[in-house]
Amino acid sequence: MTKERIVGTSVPRLEGRDKVTGLARYVDDMVLPGMIYGATVRSHIPRGKIKRISFGPGINWSEFAIVTPQDIPGKNCIALIEDDQPCLADGVVNHPEEAILLLAHPDRNRLPKAVEAISVEYDPLPGIFTMEESEERSHSIWGADNIFKSYLIEKGDVDPVWQEADYIVEGEYRTGAQEQLYIETNGMIASFDAQQGLTVWGSLQCPYYVHKALMKLCDLPADRVRVVQLETGGAFGGKEEYPSMIAGHAALLAMKSGKAVKIIYDRLEDMTATTKRHPSRTRHRTAVSKDGRILGGEIEFTIDGGAYETLSPVVLSRGAIHSGGPYYWPNVRIRAKAVATNAPPHGAFRGFGAPQSLFALERHMDRVAQVVGLSPVEIRRRNFLKPGKTTITGQTVREEIDLNKLLDHALELSDYETKKEQFARHNPQSVRKKGIGLAAFLHGAGFTGAGERYLGSVVGLEACAGGSVRVLVSSTEFGQGTKTVLCQIAAEVLGLRYEDVEIAQPDTQEVPNSGPTVASRTIMVVGKLVQSAAMGIKQTLMAGGMLGESYSPEEFRAVCRSYVAQHGKFRSLARYEQPDDIVWDEEKYRGSAYAAFAWAVYVAEVAVDLTTYKVSVDDFVALQEVGKVLHPVLAKGQIIGGVAQAIGFALYEKVVWEKGRMQNGQMTNYIMPTSADLPTIRVYFEELGNVHGAFGAKGIGELPMDGPAPAIVNAIEDALGVRFNSIPLLPEDIFDALDEEVGSESKVSSARGKR
Amino acid sequence: MNESQQEREKCEIILRVNGKFVAVHAHGMERLLDVLRLDLGLTGTKEGCGEGECGACAILLDGLLVNSCLIPAFQANGAEIVTIEGLAADGRLQLLQQTFLECGGAQCGICTPGMIMAAFHLLSKKPHPTREEIREGLSGNLCRCTGYAQIFEAVAEAGRRGGTT
Repeated sequence: MTKERIVGTSVPRLEGRDKVTGLARYVDDMVLPGMIYGATVRSHIPRGKIKRISFGPGINWSEFAIVTPQDIPGKNCIALIEDDQPCLADGVVNHPEEAILLLAHPDRNRLPKAVEAISVEYDPLPGIFTMEESEERSHSIWGADNIFKSYLIEKGDVDPVWQEADYIVEGEYRTGAQEQLYIETNGMIASFDAQQGLTVWGSLQCPYYVHKALMKLCDLPADRVRVVQLETGGAFGGKEEYPSMIAGHAALLAMKSGKAVKIIYDRLEDMTATTKRHPSRTRHRTAVSKDGRILGGEIEFTIDGGAYETLSPVVLSRGAIHSGGPYYWPNVRIRAKAVATNAPPHGAFRGFGAPQSLFALERHMDRVAQVVGLSPVEIRRRNFLKPGKTTITGQTVREEIDLNKLLDHALELSDYETKKEQFARHNPQSVRKKGIGLAAFLHGAGFTGAGERYLGSVVGLEACAGGSVRVLVSSTEFGQGTKTVLCQIAAEVLGLRYEDVEIAQPDTQEVPNSGPTVASRTIMVVGKLVQSAAMGIKQTLMAGGMLGESYSPEEFRAVCRSYVAQHGKFRSLARYEQPDDIVWDEEKYRGSAYAAFAWAVYVAEVAVDLTTYKVSVDDFVALQEVGKVLHPVLAKGQIIGGVAQAIGFALYEKVVWEKGRMQNGQMTNYIMPTSADLPTIRVYFEELGNVHGAFGAKGIGELPMDGPAPAIVNAIEDALGVRFNSIPLLPEDIFDALDEEVGSESKVSSARGKR
Repeated sequence: MNESQQEREKCEIILRVNGKFVAVHAHGMERLLDVLRLDLGLTGTKEGCGEGECGACAILLDGLLVNSCLIPAFQANGAEIVTIEGLAADGRLQLLQQTFLECGGAQCGICTPGMIMAAFHLLSKKPHPTREEIREGLSGNLCRCTGYAQIFEAVAEAGRRGGTT
């Protein structure tokens, strides 16, 4: 096997120089001639019928472009899975941030007053604000039963296992909403021209999602809608589906006014009106033998989807499939559902349902250990999946993963056993109680089941007239390193230097649809396609006798130049084809859910100060098997960044709700970790490789979001001896629980936000 | 307020930005951030929250590290200002820019200009900061991508190689 020259090395980030010098162009840095500014008039009640809209005095309304649902040329919806979410409320509102009207004006300082001067009168309708109220169906707010989607996953026969079980362990676990909190708020510019059609430029993850939504909303054919991604200042899933909404708004204002329109949300609007991580509730009932083996279980996984379906069915699917974790379940029944509430729709956020169901599972495993009388380490050892065994969807593990070895390594790196003993001795004499906890987990890379086949992603590579090679993908860069790694892959295959390869700006007029930049799929799936397309270029040149076995980058450039001069445009396309061994039954939800899994064991060490009830994470070991690491610095950055967000998810980030509206939509009162709040996060990779990924890579981006929260809460229980089953877990929740603990054996906290 | 009234309330503000004197005609209460971005076209300085929490708009004003979203234009009159655009000279990256690039200190890049300004300020006071001093010195700048570790490395590395030179 030849040794790779470029993949596996930490080349400079492709667009890094622009980022460190301030030259990188984000949407708010872009100005078009004659551009005006847009704003959104939103609902103020969670649910009701719109009776009247009045335009108040003191404003010269003739200066404003005003868009109502009547101005929508196509269908009033944001096309995604279903078309149920309107672009502008037409007669009814279903959540307290729903867009009703749009305004635009040349002076952006005039907009806030104008928005305020518009009053909307309603006939209010009763709202639903919790998953439980939604399940009770006191009134229907979506369909007949308030359920967007439900799944039943069954393996073996779970009904007889309760008879055989030595122990039956039950638990209920909850996670709260979490804001993505990219530092660049959502923004979009639209421009419309009767000949050229519609163009939007913006901060977004998925150009072709926006493209699809705009075609339907504006009733335009594919070739008259153009979507261009600009430098995007963080996304984390938060710019997966919402950009279609803001692009739609900007487009409607541009069509109405005949001018280019820019909409940039301020932080408050971004936090309150756009998507957040789905709140969840998971119930486990597990049958266990006396030696600690799982005999079977029932898992009920429920997520709060908010007012419209958006991506909830897919978030639910991934959450449900991950709910069994990296363990062998001979028998299991999983019932999953996404329910409607009158809150803004919840959406994609790194991990996509898996952090929710894995929090539940990894807390529950510690509980099972206690009931059986085993250590958290031993209970996991006895139940780990092994090569040849099947997951909860019946997928045979074909990777040579040894989870026991991974666990041993994590224990050694974290000095787990010694620490555990030390803390047990230290804690009785101290107000600073220390604990150590772990979580074992997995994350499936790529779209679930037949998803990649449906997507049928296409990637292009183009040899340019000047001799350089350009990667053509709609896959977007928003910090992860997409551009850098895809160029590394192409350079590696072509025998070029990293600097010899370019990548096109994602622009639907220029690049094929390589699928959305989500689901930890880019390096594995799109990267593999870049590898194939690059092979295509190389083989064409070699077959024509133009390129020999070995050549210098300069020779390659010269050959490309003369090929293009002779034959014109030289493009090599590669289309995804699902490998034969990936078979999925969408009806029964059985089969190969993912082409590959990344595997991990994380260990958290915490201290809880009983004077302030503050939890500090003092040490964190993140050990994972992610296939081949193509860029060590970027990969490490993904893991540390993900762990940091997950520490926020566990300990800091609480969305305070009041009748479906976020009450703390500012950075002053929604607290994310600062540089002073995080421990040293120690990152270790094991690299087994993966036949389905470029040079053996698997997905990395979402994995680190899954494990830290349960590892930390497990460590808190180790420190305090009190069970907490909800996150975020704030100091006041710990105080309440310890306060009530006097007299009761254990207490489940009520850490989730008020609804 | 109509446009002519607004126009009358504008005043001339003289700044020295990245070594060059500039005069802008601005409303006194306009945010310095907007003066830099809109009037002077220096869009390297970013807005993340508009309320002084995130540090994306951090610049140096007379040698002090400030959030430019909180500074009214009149307060900056006569001041010496350094923004991210003022660090690299003659196409050569400033040391911190180089180490941010090498260590993975920039991911999505939106916090990066403010973060580098904060780090530049730190190194100008403490050329060889300890880990704790870096942690403290950058705690006014939020980053959602990196978990800060690679930013710390970049700052420590720049310190080792010679600080703000």
